[in-house]
Amino acid sequence: METLEQIKARIEKSVPLTKLDILPNECPLGERSLLVEAGRAFDVAKFLRDDAQLRLDYCSNVTGVDWPETVIKTKVKKKVVVEGVEKEVEETIETLRSGHLEVVYHLYSMALKHGPIVLRLRTENRADKTHLPSLTPLWRGAEFQEREIFDLYGVIFDGHPDLRRILMWDEFVGFPMRKDYVAPDDFEYEPTPHDEVLVEAKKHYPVEVDAVAATTANNLNKESMNP
Amino acid sequence: MNTPSQQFEVKPKLDESGSPIGELLEISMGPHHPSTHGVFRMDVVLDGETVVKLKPVFGYLHRNHEKIGENISYLASMPYTDRLDYLCSMTNNWAYALTVEKLAGLAVPERAEYIRVIMAELTRLQNHTCLIGFFVQDMGALGTPMMYAFREREKILDLFESVSGARMMCNYMRFGGVRVDVSDEWLAETKKVVGDYGKFLDEFETFLTENEILLARTQFVGVMPKELAISASITGPMLRAAGVNYDLRKVDKYGIYSRFDFKVPVGEHGDIYDRYMVRVLEMRESIKILTRALADIPAGPVMDPKAKLRGFRPKAGEVYGRVEGPKGELGFYLISDGSPNPYRYRVRPPSFINLTILEDMCLGHKISDAVVILGSVDIVLGEVDR
Amino acid sequence: MIEAGLKNELQKQGVYVTSLQELYNWGRANSVWPLTFGLACCAIEMMAASMARFDLARFGAEVFRPSPRQADLMIVAGTVTKKMAPLVVRLYNQMPEPKYVIAMGACAISGGPFKQGYNVLKGVDRYIPVDVAIPGCPPRPEALLHAIMTLQEKILNQKLTGPDRPRHLKAEVEGAYPVPVYGRHDLEPPNNPALWQPPAIKR
Ligand code: SF4
Repeated sequence: METLEQIKARIEKSVPLTKLDILPNECPLGERSLLVEAGRAFDVAKFLRDDAQLRLDYCSNVTGVDWPETVIKTKVKKKVVVEGVEKEVEETIETLRSGHLEVVYHLYSMALKHGPIVLRLRTENRADKTHLPSLTPLWRGAEFQEREIFDLYGVIFDGHPDLRRILMWDEFVGFPMRKDYVAPDDFEYEPTPHDEVLVEAKKHYPVEVDAVAATTANNLNKESMNP
Repeated sequence: MNTPSQQFEVKPKLDESGSPIGELLEISMGPHHPSTHGVFRMDVVLDGETVVKLKPVFGYLHRNHEKIGENISYLASMPYTDRLDYLCSMTNNWAYALTVEKLAGLAVPERAEYIRVIMAELTRLQNHTCLIGFFVQDMGALGTPMMYAFREREKILDLFESVSGARMMCNYMRFGGVRVDVSDEWLAETKKVVGDYGKFLDEFETFLTENEILLARTQFVGVMPKELAISASITGPMLRAAGVNYDLRKVDKYGIYSRFDFKVPVGEHGDIYDRYMVRVLEMRESIKILTRALADIPAGPVMDPKAKLRGFRPKAGEVYGRVEGPKGELGFYLISDGSPNPYRYRVRPPSFINLTILEDMCLGHKISDAVVILGSVDIVLGEVDR
Repeated sequence: MIEAGLKNELQKQGVYVTSLQELYNWGRANSVWPLTFGLACCAIEMMAASMARFDLARFGAEVFRPSPRQADLMIVAGTVTKKMAPLVVRLYNQMPEPKYVIAMGACAISGGPFKQGYNVLKGVDRYIPVDVAIPGCPPRPEALLHAIMTLQEKILNQKLTGPDRPRHLKAEVEGAYPVPVYGRHDLEPPNNPALWQPPAIKR
């Protein structure tokens, strides 16, 4: 198969007005991916499917990924001259990464037995602009997977033939696979090695008035956890 | 071919004056239904006994596998993968181990590779055997074929149990190898089971392959055209029955599959009978692979000494790894951000995606055929809903 | 009530004396018909238990009925999700009295390995009463056989009369339980307070 750069150049020649980015992958054995603008995604995907050299007729996997707004801290070493002496100072630069939802398509070719090409689509934000074009008209196999992403992440696929909740019930509100989803609080108390479960479970019990009683209870918990 | 048939109209039969004859009947089959293989539901619209519309409904076993996988460490997800497709825990383990090995760049020792092949092929044997038992039961052969299938399955489960400690949930593979080595006695016992399996298949086939009822119920029922199968991302025996030669053991040559000489059975018509036959032939090929692997298995370590189980933190990056599970392409997609937990943990479930064109296969057939068609897809709900 | 010594003595002579209660319970205990009701992985072990090697038929419980109207026993074999829970309760309500429930596996008991899931019901006992619980993930078929035997023991010891007779013999007690409905985030109500309260911790 051609390299990703060649494919990118060919797409940009064939599909007008497309801007593509090749995203690096720090994992040496993993594949790099093509970031496609949402507006042109359908045409790019169609090109990939129909091009005689690529013939990516098989859309194996569709994944939703949630990237909430985060502050990324990068440490940079700087040389500063303090009172005539040169010193190395570490400085933390904070950059705000805007939040978005991402849909990743893994495309293979059954006819030519090669692949994968990884296609990434990004929504503008996580709140109201979560529309992406659906690729189900190109690959039927994406149908249920896109529905699943709609259900669990809240990406709205324009052009999807039957966009309904698939795993959760219809009355359900919220998108449980997003990183900031808060699950209903229905744990029961139980000494458990999963710290998060224990924290959840403990919320159900009256707040200790007596600090001494609290510590004894904590000790008891610890004991029951490590018999 | 690529326009989804989802928007088709329900057209009742009309008499000469243009008014519909009779009524359409809507049935919700499942989630508690003996032939839906678990908690699967189909909303079926029937004209008489003919299916005119069928919508699968999922989610009754949605156990939040992916969400849990993002909150626990890489290794802790291994036992959860057992519970995806609970008939084939070994291949699930392998798919996940393979993906993490790709992510972390771990190597697998020779002996472990052989053990993995042995386990995967044994899994394929027992999965296909059980599946045939189940779907013959869906056709009305209550009990007997299932009894035969489960009798053989128990023999393989005994092998799994003696090496991993559990019958179904083996949790056997690790990143960079397998958890424990197999003993010589175990290998001898496996040779015996594998040696006898051909005889069992002959017996099984005498009852089924040319059985009048089976032929009548399966030939040209639930036909899936080749182009539709590819476009709908169908994988595994379903795809090969439709005439596409695509087996990841040959295409990706993961593990050490390139060393084995085996054929990929491919069907012609894409009907249920072809799916049945492809599975039977696949089992025979598996026996070939197993015999070879059991004869060739070298001595040596079973874990990569560089592999670290505790405090395992792969570098940031993302990978997609896939194996040919008994049901189709089982893939894992992991995004690591350098922390002990994966940032994104995704399972590509073959039986979920194979259901995409259930409706297309069932339209125009009788409701009792829809049950058999569903049986021939080979679904396990733990994987469909995750 | 005939005393045990006399009964034994008579039995040696070939005269069998029994009470109506014993006879009735003996019959019931040896023909417990389960509902064909598999939810997840544990269901495969349930099937294995009814197949050739383990042979559930030895305990008179091999007649799996697909319809709740013909079943005595519900084996909750697998994870009960929130989407499935209303249906489990409805199926239970549709079973005729006397009816029993076996919670098979960690998931049915408490959510098991999937306890942290947002869609997983943390124990089927939040909505329906459970008679026998089998720990394990999955429990071996032998464990299911043991559960059936435990249930048979329970049935054999049930009284036909008196204040501590079981629920199905009390005309005034309702055998059906309220079916939860799908809410916006969770089931409503999240548990049946008449059946299940969070366990009180003694400090
Ligand atoms: S207890 Fe274990 S085996 Fe049983 S349903 Fe739950 S996860 Fe599956």
